[in-house]
Amino acid sequence: MKLHEYQAKALLAGYDVPVPEGSVARGADEAQETAARLGGRAVVKAQVHAGGRGKAGGVKLAGTPAEAADIAQVLIGSTLVTPQTGPQGAPVGAVLVEQTLDVARELYLSITTGGDKRPVVIASASGGMEIEEVAQTNPEAILTETIDPAIGFQPFQGRRIGAGLGIPTSLTRPFIAMLDACYRAYMQKDLSMLEINPLVVTNDERLLALDAKVSFDDDAMFRHEPEARLRDTSQEDALEVQASEADIAYVKLDGNVGCLVNGAGLAMATMDTVKFAGAEPANFLDVGGGASEEKISTAIQLMVSDEKVERVLVNIFGGILRCDIAARGIVDAYGKAERRPPLVVRMLGTNVDEGKQILAESGLEPVMVDTLEQAAAAIGGEG
Amino acid sequence: MSILVNSASRVLVQGITGREGSFHAERCIQYGTNVVAGVTPGKGGEMFMDKVPVFNSVRLAVDETQADVALIFVPPSFAADAILESADAGVGLVVCITEGIPVRDSIMVTRYLEGKPTRLLGPNCPGLISPGDNCKVGIMPGNIHAPGKVGVVSRSGTLTYEGVDQLTKLGIGQSTCVGIGGDPVSGTTFVDVLQLFNDDPATEAIVLIGEIGGMKEQEAAEYIAAHVRKPVAALIVGQTAPPGRRMGHAGAVITGKAALASEKMSALERAGCRIIPSPAQIGATVQEMLG
Repeated sequence: MKLHEYQAKALLAGYDVPVPEGSVARGADEAQETAARLGGRAVVKAQVHAGGRGKAGGVKLAGTPAEAADIAQVLIGSTLVTPQTGPQGAPVGAVLVEQTLDVARELYLSITTGGDKRPVVIASASGGMEIEEVAQTNPEAILTETIDPAIGFQPFQGRRIGAGLGIPTSLTRPFIAMLDACYRAYMQKDLSMLEINPLVVTNDERLLALDAKVSFDDDAMFRHEPEARLRDTSQEDALEVQASEADIAYVKLDGNVGCLVNGAGLAMATMDTVKFAGAEPANFLDVGGGASEEKISTAIQLMVSDEKVERVLVNIFGGILRCDIAARGIVDAYGKAERRPPLVVRMLGTNVDEGKQILAESGLEPVMVDTLEQAAAAIGGEG
Repeated sequence: MSILVNSASRVLVQGITGREGSFHAERCIQYGTNVVAGVTPGKGGEMFMDKVPVFNSVRLAVDETQADVALIFVPPSFAADAILESADAGVGLVVCITEGIPVRDSIMVTRYLEGKPTRLLGPNCPGLISPGDNCKVGIMPGNIHAPGKVGVVSRSGTLTYEGVDQLTKLGIGQSTCVGIGGDPVSGTTFVDVLQLFNDDPATEAIVLIGEIGGMKEQEAAEYIAAHVRKPVAALIVGQTAPPGRRMGHAGAVITGKAALASEKMSALERAGCRIIPSPAQIGATVQEMLG
């Protein structure tokens, strides 16, 4: 789960990470008041769950409170399209109005969990750039410190990063304190990513998080109820929100072959098979291990309500999930759905014969196949 | 022969009285696994299927039955504690099926296990099976497996079954099939299992099934290039996954270039693996490789 910038900054401020002064505004009046309180000049930033806002016109400088109101008026209620939102863009429900800063340097700082099973602090002197870009153009500019969770973040690690970034000696202590605070927030709040980009050094020698992004570990939300309430579903695909409410792992894609599978690995394998057959998957959809008839029916109805879906491939490897249950779910869904795209069904394993019989007698006339290879041929042949 | 589990393995099931735990414990027993104990706090003294004693703690179960493998089915919020309890009782192999354990819990658990004699498989894994020994410690359908000489290691559940099914239908049996799980932080790695297969005289070839996300396949590729003397066929799925989106498994997210399927495949190819061109050709590729 992601937070908006203003929410992420509030979370970090709760750990004493310095952030610019400012507040969120949901209307032009509020934006004007905040700008006035900040002395007139202010930065107005569209709040969407995506980066690349600046170039997309989502971050603007206001010279006066009236200008801040005008900018907020235009941004709030608009749809912002950035390289990270996709062509459909993301709705702007609020703006963050912040003080302007006299910036001397922009740095990059993040914490995530690395391949060696431990949290890693990543830093670079190229603030404002995507870390992926730095990794490709200038990989030696990236500094990393792996943290031993048994003892937590240590000051010597902070000194090492600080020296690598060329942080002035006068700021070493605040820098270490900031890293320690970020690490504590990362662990205590069960974050999967914490990114401050840019972390700025001002001309009057202060360190501040000018931007902040955090993502929570979805599997840990049960122990972070206050934060769970901060979820903004307007930033997510509507079908994906419905799916998550039904406990279905669904990711919408751009193709036209709807895929319903049990198991994440097999679901990815099925999508790849569709691609190799010359077609494009419309979604990732894993109904999980012991799915019920109702859950499968819900999943299919949801999937086919995507108007791009022109064909459906169901691939069930029956184990805990019985094929007859899956078949009943399919029949139920096609009885209720408004759209009934042609079906290719591949079933294998527990109660496969019963499953096939249910589908054969259903009147849906699915193309029944036994192997992934045949599934590919059936999908490719119709494409 | 096989790796990690065999007919001598003495298995205890944590969460044996729960819905999932009882369902799968019964199927493991039917397959031939020597399930010697169950653990559910508060239900000590009960008998499971009239023959498996249930204990209040892992320590009590181990003292009484000398169990050396633990199979865990407890809910995500209690799973880390269950793993630590088994490690504390000195269980040698802990297999955690539970999906949805917070990553922070896995970070702390794997850190605690460093330097300890307990090996963790999973979490969020299907477990492992040695068909020649009739030993199944997990949730895979037993009937698709056949005894043989191919070792299978995978990050997935049902995709592993798909691969095994293709192998068995071509008459290619398996020494042991190991699911290492789909979480970003987990115990046993590809490298650990590759090492065991490499040293196992009964394993003649290896199938590795990986997916997008993380660096586990690249680490496997390095190890294969440097150490593995047996033929390895490798499949990577997730070529159609968009960046930044979690594809079901918590670990299956493209977060950078290294996480891409194409990067992993070229690393494995450079290491001398035979790349399985599509999920439909797992069996055929292995058959060809074995000659």
